Amino acid sequence: MVNTILTIALAIIILSIAITIFRFVIGWTTIDRVIAFDIMTISSIAMIGIIAYLSNRIIYLDIALVYGLLSFLAVIIIAKYLEKSL
Amino acid sequence: MKNIFITFLILMVVWILLNNSVQINILIPGLITAFIVSLLVCRQCEIFTDYKLTPKAFAYTIIFLFVFFIELIKSNLDVIKRVLSPSLPINPGIVEVKTTLKSKFARMMLANTITLTPGTLTVEVKDESFFIHWIDVQTDDIEKAGNEIVKKFEKYLEVIYG
Amino acid sequence: MELVGAIFTLIGALVLLVASIGLIRMPDVYNRLQVGTKASTLGTIFSLFGLVLVNPGWAGKLILLIFFVMMTNPVSSHVLARAAYFIKIPLTRRTVVDKLKVSDSALKVKAD
Repeated sequence: MVNTILTIALAIIILSIAITIFRFVIGWTTIDRVIAFDIMTISSIAMIGIIAYLSNRIIYLDIALVYGLLSFLAVIIIAKYLEKSL
Repeated sequence: MKNIFITFLILMVVWILLNNSVQINILIPGLITAFIVSLLVCRQCEIFTDYKLTPKAFAYTIIFLFVFFIELIKSNLDVIKRVLSPSLPINPGIVEVKTTLKSKFARMMLANTITLTPGTLTVEVKDESFFIHWIDVQTDDIEKAGNEIVKKFEKYLEVIYG
Repeated sequence: MELVGAIFTLIGALVLLVASIGLIRMPDVYNRLQVGTKASTLGTIFSLFGLVLVNPGWAGKLILLIFFVMMTNPVSSHVLARAAYFIKIPLTRRTVVDKLKVSDSALKVKAD
């Protein structure tokens, strides 16, 4: 039962990432693409958490943590670069 | 001194949460590493200087987190309502509010809190003016917008950071 | 308890779905940021909190992740909004007021 509900949640998150990729492709400005990337990453953290539970491996949570850290740094650096203050 | 101590405490809590155990052979390396890192990183940082280590400040921190979480859920219901309604009821604009908080860390916390609460997003912080993108502008007056947006958090942060 | 956690995770996933729909529907960068930040933060917090209820043995790392998301997400959205304003991405036509334009000394500082 629990696994079924979690699988449905996983499917919904993958659907939302797909919609976000749509924005990533059409986005009119660079900032739009960066926002889409940011939200994709945040959704992926939730997704990795659920996959970690379903496959019963706690080590995946470390991957989620490092992934989030790297994407945070990437967003900050891209924003700095666009402001021309890097 | 206080900065080093608080940094050390934060690093220690992170270490314990990461390892998920309090056995002695895991705690000792964490203690040493956290001590060295907090000494190296925090020799002249001053972000926690204004934080008061009193029971009252601690209690207010808990209350602040609680109020913040309720506002976060309220803001999400608001956002969901706006996104899913067919006519897209938005009325956006950038307004200016003033804060009375002095310490830098308190201002940072205030800016972060504003970003996560209903319909508001901090665009720029300049001295004591916050420029806030508001998804549903009700007033463009500095005083009134301030009462609407920042007052409810300011009173807690005032006590916590002085 | 496990069932409650699973339902929490499902709610979180639905909130993430709303975030991505909002990303498509909203008219300009700033409104997209509003929706994106708030909904994705709460969606992730709910999903991970649901997993804490499902499997309390992992509580440490999951709570660390929740705190991490809560701290970093507003910062990155604030930085993006600032960058969007300073490279002069226009606001939508439905905007009613723009106080930052009036005091454009901020722009002058950036131009140096």
